[in-house]
Amino acid sequence: MRKSITHWIVVAILFGVLFIAPFFLNDFRINLMGKFLTYAIVAVALDLIWGYGGMLSLGQGLFFSLGAYALAMHLKLQNSGTSLPDFMVWSGVETLPAIWAPFANPVFALAMVVVVPTVFAFIIGYFIFRSRVQGVYFSIISQALTLIFSLLFIGQQPLTGGTNGLTDIQQVFGFTRADPMFLRNMYFLSLVILLLAYLACWQVIHSRFGRLLIATRDDESRVRFLGFNPVIVKTLVFGFSAALTGIAGALYVIQDGIISPAQMGVRPSIEMVIWTAVGGRGTLLGGIVGALTVGWAKSLISADYPEIWEMIFGALFLLSVLFLPRGIVGTVQHLFRQIVRSNESDTRTKTADDGSTPPAQGEVSV
Amino acid sequence: MDIWLIQAFNGASLASILLLISLGLAFAFGLMGVINMAHGEFIMIGAYTTYVFELQFSGILMRTETHDWGGWFIGSMIAAFFIAGLVGILLEVTLLRRLYGRPLDTLLATWGVGMILQSVARQVFGAQNVSVGRPMWLSKGFAWLWTDVNDAEAISALKPFWEIIEGVRLPYTRLFIMGVVVLVVLLLFYYLRRTSAGRRLRATMQNREMAASLGVRSRSVNAITFGVGAGLAGIAGSVLTLIGPVGPTLGTSYIVDAFLVVVLGGVGKLRGAILAALIIGMFNIVMAKFLIDLDVEAAATVAKVLVLLLVVAFLQWKPQGLVQVQTR
Repeated sequence: MRKSITHWIVVAILFGVLFIAPFFLNDFRINLMGKFLTYAIVAVALDLIWGYGGMLSLGQGLFFSLGAYALAMHLKLQNSGTSLPDFMVWSGVETLPAIWAPFANPVFALAMVVVVPTVFAFIIGYFIFRSRVQGVYFSIISQALTLIFSLLFIGQQPLTGGTNGLTDIQQVFGFTRADPMFLRNMYFLSLVILLLAYLACWQVIHSRFGRLLIATRDDESRVRFLGFNPVIVKTLVFGFSAALTGIAGALYVIQDGIISPAQMGVRPSIEMVIWTAVGGRGTLLGGIVGALTVGWAKSLISADYPEIWEMIFGALFLLSVLFLPRGIVGTVQHLFRQIVRSNESDTRTKTADDGSTPPAQGEVSV
Repeated sequence: MDIWLIQAFNGASLASILLLISLGLAFAFGLMGVINMAHGEFIMIGAYTTYVFELQFSGILMRTETHDWGGWFIGSMIAAFFIAGLVGILLEVTLLRRLYGRPLDTLLATWGVGMILQSVARQVFGAQNVSVGRPMWLSKGFAWLWTDVNDAEAISALKPFWEIIEGVRLPYTRLFIMGVVVLVVLLLFYYLRRTSAGRRLRATMQNREMAASLGVRSRSVNAITFGVGAGLAGIAGSVLTLIGPVGPTLGTSYIVDAFLVVVLGGVGKLRGAILAALIIGMFNIVMAKFLIDLDVEAAATVAKVLVLLLVVAFLQWKPQGLVQVQTR
């Protein structure tokens, strides 16, 4: 129980710092941080399926973009008023395509932010997991998926805005997007949703379902022999993760004003994995720490060394995989636990598995 | 009918390039459990090797004012194999060796390596694409052999295509690429089946512990195999200069398809990779042509979607891929 309390104290401190941070940052930094918070949602959702479910998805960028496009389509229609969106005019479209029409309704658009990525993940996940495609094979297929969809979006210029994507979103539900006050509010909105997403994932992991998920990760066949259906478990959690990622995408597009197929490609999807990996997979909190750290590092390095920032970034990432395989949070946790253990000596033979144990060492009784 | 023949030809040429690239990936994964995301950068290294060769050595390697005999090009293909191979061995010895048994970590680490290599290329060669010339006998055709080689006008009048049926023209460059790939695959078969190094490789791939206990140095097998795979990607990069310009991100556009070949073909068998490359290459091109006829927009991409669906559907039936290694 005591460990669990430590965990909640850490969570409270982290969110407390994030809550007061805007009061010490300028408007530009607040906007930047707001976007990093949406990244953190993505990283937490990815940690749920990767750290606890063993499914390394290299296609999270697809779900992020689907959520972002769903909302951006509505905003684009709002911004254009009665006329067609600008890119449609440029590509010679004369009437609004049928697929765009329902997005004029804000409720529909907001629903689609969640529904489209989730349904997508359900369908894809079901067929992939059904054939017992695991590990690396799943990663490769999810990567091919996101690449192909980015190409598809680029190709359908009159429908999607092609390479440029949906740009120049100035008005968001009657507010001016670039207004500092609005961006500050969006920062807090992102923070609240991040907290909710974190709590939801925490709840999932510590439910019976979560135990089943971890068991599936550790030995899928054994779970099957015990009469559970791992396909359902994996598909459900994959869909849930996609839903959170889609919401993050929508929050991102409100703050950035642009969504393009570039956000969907192979590279951004792997960057999402980097956030989780650097923070520490299988720790949930690691997702938040990783996304914020990597986001900051990237913006600092790319500002100071525009020529060679990719080299530095690649090297830093490489070193962190080599020497910090547990990630930041995982390493801290590990050190902390060692200190505690040496203090307690050998009075207890077995540490209670209260869930704050990272699955790297956590033994899940099946 | 003619148009389909040309499509089949283009499909076969795409397939041969994919095969060359995916062999290295399949080796690395089958033998060491390494997912090499930096594999595309070996392609890039090969392509830039050819570029440098044209700049530096074309003068001394059979290129005169009027005639380009292409010695520099052949030389650059061989050099591309060794340079990319050396970089591969270096990568295996310094980095991947520490990550065995953690396939997903190798994926992440090699992604970092790929990022660094791309960035280095951007520093050295610039972010802009560069293009490489092609030897005379590829741009003009084999007919120069029986024309007067000093008659520059007659040579320039020759068509850069090979006609098999009236109206069906196959570019020499693609024929050449297919020829190179066939040669490389034959050499590879020879290496795997007939040499003692190849036998050690196959033994290690089938059962590492057993092979090691019988005296096979599995570590050096790893390094050499990884190097050979990287070298093959280097050759692929070298011949890709015949098709398009060279840039730091050249490899990334082929790498995902190559991974699909590995998934479809199954790991550890040359036959599977060949079959899968043919299927994916052919299907991509022929399906795209079919969709163009149906007036589908962005047909090439829609064809890619269908290829992915095909792979996923196939895995429903045979999750291990086309060809499996028999184990007891």
